Amino acid sequence: MTAPVLPASLVENPRLDRWIKFQPDRTVRIATGKVEIGQGIVTAIGQIAAEELDLPLDRIAVLSGDTTDGPNELYTTSSLSVDVSGGSVRLVCAEVRAKALERAALRLNCGRDELSVVDGRFLQNGAATGQDYWTVASEIDLTQAVTGTVPPKPVAAYRVVGRSVPRVDLPAKLSGAAFVHDVLPADVLHARTLRQPNRGAVLASLDETAIQRAAKGELQIVREANFVAFVSPVESVAQAAAVAAPLHAKWSNLRRLVPEQQEAAWLKGQPSDDRHIGAPPPASPPRNLVQATFSRPYIAHASMAPSCALAEFRDGHLTVRSHGQGMHPLRQNLAAALGLPIEAITCQHLHGAGCYGHNGADDAALDAALIARHLPGKCIRLQWRREEEFGFEPVGPAMLVTLHVDLDDRGRPADWTTEIWSPTHVQRPGNGTGFLLASEAMANPPPEVAPFDPSEPRGGGGTRNALPIYDVPAHRIVHHLVMRPPVRTSALRGLGALPNVYAIESLIDDLAARAGEDPVAYRLSILSEARARRLVEMVADRARWTSRGAGGAGKGLGLGFARYKNRAAYAAVIAAVTVDETVRVDRIWCVADAGLVVNPDGARNQLEGGIVQAVSWTLKEQVRLDDQGIASRDWDSYPILRFSEIPEMQVEFVAAAGNPALGVGECTVGPTAAAIGNAVNHALGVRIRDMPLTRERILAALA
Amino acid sequence: MNITLTVNGEARSIAAPETTSLLEVLRNHLGLMGTRYGCGLEQCGCCMVLVDDQPAYACTRELGTVAGRRVATIEGLGTPAEPHPLQQAFLDEQAGQCGYCLSGILMSAKALLDRNPNPSRADIVTALDKHLCRCGAHQRILRAVERAAASLRNGRPA
Repeated sequence: MTAPVLPASLVENPRLDRWIKFQPDRTVRIATGKVEIGQGIVTAIGQIAAEELDLPLDRIAVLSGDTTDGPNELYTTSSLSVDVSGGSVRLVCAEVRAKALERAALRLNCGRDELSVVDGRFLQNGAATGQDYWTVASEIDLTQAVTGTVPPKPVAAYRVVGRSVPRVDLPAKLSGAAFVHDVLPADVLHARTLRQPNRGAVLASLDETAIQRAAKGELQIVREANFVAFVSPVESVAQAAAVAAPLHAKWSNLRRLVPEQQEAAWLKGQPSDDRHIGAPPPASPPRNLVQATFSRPYIAHASMAPSCALAEFRDGHLTVRSHGQGMHPLRQNLAAALGLPIEAITCQHLHGAGCYGHNGADDAALDAALIARHLPGKCIRLQWRREEEFGFEPVGPAMLVTLHVDLDDRGRPADWTTEIWSPTHVQRPGNGTGFLLASEAMANPPPEVAPFDPSEPRGGGGTRNALPIYDVPAHRIVHHLVMRPPVRTSALRGLGALPNVYAIESLIDDLAARAGEDPVAYRLSILSEARARRLVEMVADRARWTSRGAGGAGKGLGLGFARYKNRAAYAAVIAAVTVDETVRVDRIWCVADAGLVVNPDGARNQLEGGIVQAVSWTLKEQVRLDDQGIASRDWDSYPILRFSEIPEMQVEFVAAAGNPALGVGECTVGPTAAAIGNAVNHALGVRIRDMPLTRERILAALA
Repeated sequence: MNITLTVNGEARSIAAPETTSLLEVLRNHLGLMGTRYGCGLEQCGCCMVLVDDQPAYACTRELGTVAGRRVATIEGLGTPAEPHPLQQAFLDEQAGQCGYCLSGILMSAKALLDRNPNPSRADIVTALDKHLCRCGAHQRILRAVERAAASLRNGRPA
């Protein structure tokens, strides 16, 4: 018999007690390395545990992101948490349930088959036994490694999983303190930083007297090489110092950018690491080649809250509380940056505002830790300023996508090449090329490493969703990974999926038009996978596609479709738009297939959020640069979608039909952008290939 | 010199310069952490409170300007055990994701429902348009305010 294939999280954290603990108050603590970032994962993990243990949901207490007591599951990314962490919790709970019943059967001198579990109590042939998880808990050896050999419940028996339940974290967030930002110990010191403008910049002079004067209160200035922080018992004093500081700091070795660098078009021709993925180059010259180039600029995570962290260095031990996406990686990265043994660091996750990828959260944790090490025994609360969050968080990379498609005699793609120019999509600290920001300001910064992207087995970065889901006899990707972008880039919801799906689905609509066919009918003619076809047909039905008409009168209906990473959740989206001088998205219909959905309402919330964010990116967002770096540092210069611009939405999941759970957080973003682009094309009769679809671009297209 | 004001119905005396922001007073002097810092620029609405029943940005409002006035924050609205109909409606609609923007939005919604118990969808959009939500929970938030309005009209106490 071969051993079962365990989820990666169980291979890394095999001991049962890393995951589960029976607590004296008759609750079960389930630990996960994945963290709550507004996506509802803590609730979903709780549902999975309650299901396997046959416990009411309120008997499950989920511990999330804790380096002392919880498993190391790296970062909370890529819509993988339900699959990987949920899959691990499912196997652990099934195994512990079996062990508990084994012990109870021994005590009751009965067969295990005679026992069942109802609300955590063990029944023998339906009758009470006085035994439950807690009576036998001390006899279960949770130091053992999980085997993965106990089969979890069949899906048909589910009562908690698959049912909508309210998020457990929401009540606190609706009534008061709930975030790491809200933790304020009595003797806390507030801190702000002066940021090194760019890697390699050297602080030539700092007029501390002038800053002290501007701060108007008790202020300590902490300096370590090119890292500067302002610390005060009064928050506004630290803030005032940080606001004044750039005027009183002189830097040498400042970088100078040029305006063209803010545009995706700049990427072409820059030094790049080039890869060829997929089919070999076509053997014969193309017969009917269609080419088109699409672009997406740099975009920001633009979290509602500036990043924040608490740190305390006491008796040689550093304790950090952070809203980063992975506490075990943060612990490792802090150890490396500070030169501390990893055992001397504890990291705990506390809630923050939504991040949607790699923003300033981890960097703020190092800032706080650096200050704490200078001021041992003091609790440091470090918060970034709004302009710091916009100005120094890693941004989602600009991308340029050129499609080269050779058509057959029927106007269908016969040979397909997606050519991509993009900086890296992942520079998370510890992944190989990324570092916690302030480590670059230290006397011995970590060496610069050539960037790379996530591998294809991990879904790729710039190449994510670069291949069409349609039936194409030969396809390939040419990937130019641009080595030296003007700004730090890293993961933002969906990575390359948004520009790639926008490009592919725009071109598919154009090919349908060339063939004189309806876009839905054209798609279905080259889409053989049954799950995929069904979604396209369903969303067309919901939006009454057949009555869409010829378009061209300022009103448009457009479709976008993709399967995230070509192997996760499917989403088909139709957008209805009105185009005047600007684009307004009036309505969105979305049908998604994510297999088994743990918490349907929570998952619908994720589909809706992805749609709204994609509408915002597609219509409005672009990070602006000046000669020093990011210039769009507030909500006026970086506008996002508002209440008055939100479309009506109708989202639904198809039934699981026995398919396993697929993460949903990112599946709607590409299809939504593409649906808008196609709807605008339907409304105007012109194709806009560069995002965002601003007033200027609409007017230029119509000119 | 101390400055007195009423916060969530209680008289409070604050020993701080009158230029101190109301946000800092609420959070760091009074420990009311539900009013949140987002931008400090009146651009996002995370810090919205009510001053004499009118929405006000706590991030830029100076303490000296609220002397003798009534300030209401999310903590005065209700608690998880005893939620206000607005908070209950947000739970019923699961109107939120990360939740960071919600306390400001709830306070603007409270001001709206106090002056207009039967708002249209457009009225709600107008009242909330100064608030940003990055997670995309807008439609749920709009539905929640409508639900709360209906619940309040049906006689549940505000």
